[in-house]
Amino acid sequence: MSGPAVSRRLAINRLRERRPLEPAAIDRFLARYDVPIVEGGRCTFLYRGGADEVHLVHRTLGLPERIALRRLHGTDLWYVVVELPEGSRFEYQLETRLGDHHERHNDRLNPRLAHSPVGASSVCYARGYEVPEWTQPHPESRPGTLVDLTVPSRVLRRDVGVQVYLPARFRRTARYPLLIVHDGGDYLHYAAAKTVLDNLIHRLDVAETVAAFVSPGDRLAEYANSAAHARYLTAELLPRLEEEFPLLGTPAGRCLMGASFGAVASLSSAYRHPHTYGSLLLQSGSFVFTDIGNDHGGGPVFDPVVRFVNRYRAAPRHVAERVFVSCGVYEPLIIPNRSMVRTFEDAGMAVRYVEARDGHSWENWRDRLREGLSWIFPGPQKLYYE
Amino acid sequence: MSVVLLGPQRKPSVGPVVRSMDLPGRVATITAGWQEREPDDAELDQQLGAPGLNLSLYARWLDVLERDPEFATAERRLRALLDEVQEVYLVRLDHALRAVYAIARRGGNVLLQADALTEAIAAVREVDTRHLRRISDIHEEYYTTCPPHERPVIAEHRAAVAQRLHDTSALVITGGHVGVLVATLHLFNVAAALRSPVIAWSAGAMALTDRVVLFHDRAAQGPGHPELYGSGLSLLRGVVALPHAGARLLLADSTRMAVFARRFAPARCIPLEAGGRVDVNGDTLPPGTRVLGEDGRVRVLEAA
Repeated sequence: MSGPAVSRRLAINRLRERRPLEPAAIDRFLARYDVPIVEGGRCTFLYRGGADEVHLVHRTLGLPERIALRRLHGTDLWYVVVELPEGSRFEYQLETRLGDHHERHNDRLNPRLAHSPVGASSVCYARGYEVPEWTQPHPESRPGTLVDLTVPSRVLRRDVGVQVYLPARFRRTARYPLLIVHDGGDYLHYAAAKTVLDNLIHRLDVAETVAAFVSPGDRLAEYANSAAHARYLTAELLPRLEEEFPLLGTPAGRCLMGASFGAVASLSSAYRHPHTYGSLLLQSGSFVFTDIGNDHGGGPVFDPVVRFVNRYRAAPRHVAERVFVSCGVYEPLIIPNRSMVRTFEDAGMAVRYVEARDGHSWENWRDRLREGLSWIFPGPQKLYYE
Repeated sequence: MSVVLLGPQRKPSVGPVVRSMDLPGRVATITAGWQEREPDDAELDQQLGAPGLNLSLYARWLDVLERDPEFATAERRLRALLDEVQEVYLVRLDHALRAVYAIARRGGNVLLQADALTEAIAAVREVDTRHLRRISDIHEEYYTTCPPHERPVIAEHRAAVAQRLHDTSALVITGGHVGVLVATLHLFNVAAALRSPVIAWSAGAMALTDRVVLFHDRAAQGPGHPELYGSGLSLLRGVVALPHAGARLLLADSTRMAVFARRFAPARCIPLEAGGRVDVNGDTLPPGTRVLGEDGRVRVLEAA
């Protein structure tokens, strides 16, 4: 049986061949396709408007940082075709120049945006990528609750606000594992952490868990192997949480989690207080190190991180039983993260390592939560046979 | 004791089965595996054609925890210890089973490989055996230090359960959380009061066996190792019940399935799928029962 003929030529190439190419034809073209146009592994990025130059700008490792768009002859439509491997998520912006005026902006033809604390950027879903449905609110998932808690800290010399997630059907008579999440506000806001927990707990993928979402003061100082931060977590926050909530209170029932510098904070806190935390969930950790010399390329904020990671790599220490590590293959941190997997294994820790065709982004970290959390605190799914 | 194992009841078949047994009185039901939803048994009653007498084991368990705090504390300690024992067992199992799969997939001398595989599976069986023994020892010590029959609240509930079972002509056990089901069946000593046919499915079927094996090859964190959880009521000996086998096991992976079958042999591993029914009288499985063969494929038992 034969279906309608499917052209193997890209939509943009078919448009290029049209003569004459009137503005109305471009209007119809843009109305017909979602932009970027994803055709197999090839993605066509478009910009329409007056400009002297248009560039696709992004932070994807392996591609040129700025990719020039070409103007479709005689029109105000600009295009470039980029090959994106299956399953990729690609964040980008467009940079236009008109005379001396430079402007960087999101792709106005693409409604999809990825959000982060530093703003939003456009995002292209390559063939095979779908937003995991468990990251979206589901009517059948019973919602947990977020409780605000203030923990006065002597070591940090400030009152630290913590949002504590209590799972649906929370009972004082039960005992729960504890997840402490660095950059907690961002995880809640940009990685849908509450929705994810609601869904994964409802589906029995993840154990009923209490999660403490902590937010930093001076992030780059507190999260870069700070003794004060580690002491705050272990000597102030943890006892308070274990006093206030029905927690398991054992290393196996405690996990530190974080992304980027938050992952460094998780590892360094566990390093400073070994066997307090049974598990670590480290996403795109900023585990920058040097094998020789001091030129790590990260600037002064990375100096304490590099000193810590170099020391750890020189003498890997068993600081937790289980370590989940994830990283995007499109971020420069993929290289140190791959290296750290071996280091963690050498220290005798059980490691689960996951890579994704994604970058250093909150949606990447969101999308890996199911694999990570279900491994760290597996739900009772294996006990249910309906 | 007559036992009927059914496949999962998403499309219910329990009604015709119960009617075909021509039972003289009411049917007792256990829906403790549903936990908080235990009382939501109206649909089950509808299938049975008459209101069942729910033994309310989950509610009774909650009542015990509330009215006997000393027992609640002891049970929580027991659960924490058993969880830790299970974790340690899984670490050992992981290493032992990795060796099995590595050898199973290795080429080379066929005879050498067969010998090595047998020995590797024997090592897994040893891990399993020791784990079951450890669980049994822990339970024995627990029951010695905290005898349930001497605790008034539990004794009261046990008597009520026994009376209900005495007043009914069959027992139906549904699926749900197999851990809760097994724990409540033991706590209220259901085995001692059973005199009538039992019809069970899913977790209920697993809870009737002497070795409860947990399995989920399609879990969110990837295929897990089948693991021994403990003993059920032991009404069925030498049987490993595998409800939802098609959905939960990688049945097409014959190497993995062969290891599964050989690991638990001589017990028969029975996939229980929707619409399935196995009538067991005594220790023999009837001809026509689907079992997992030692070649890793599902086959049908023929008449002896």
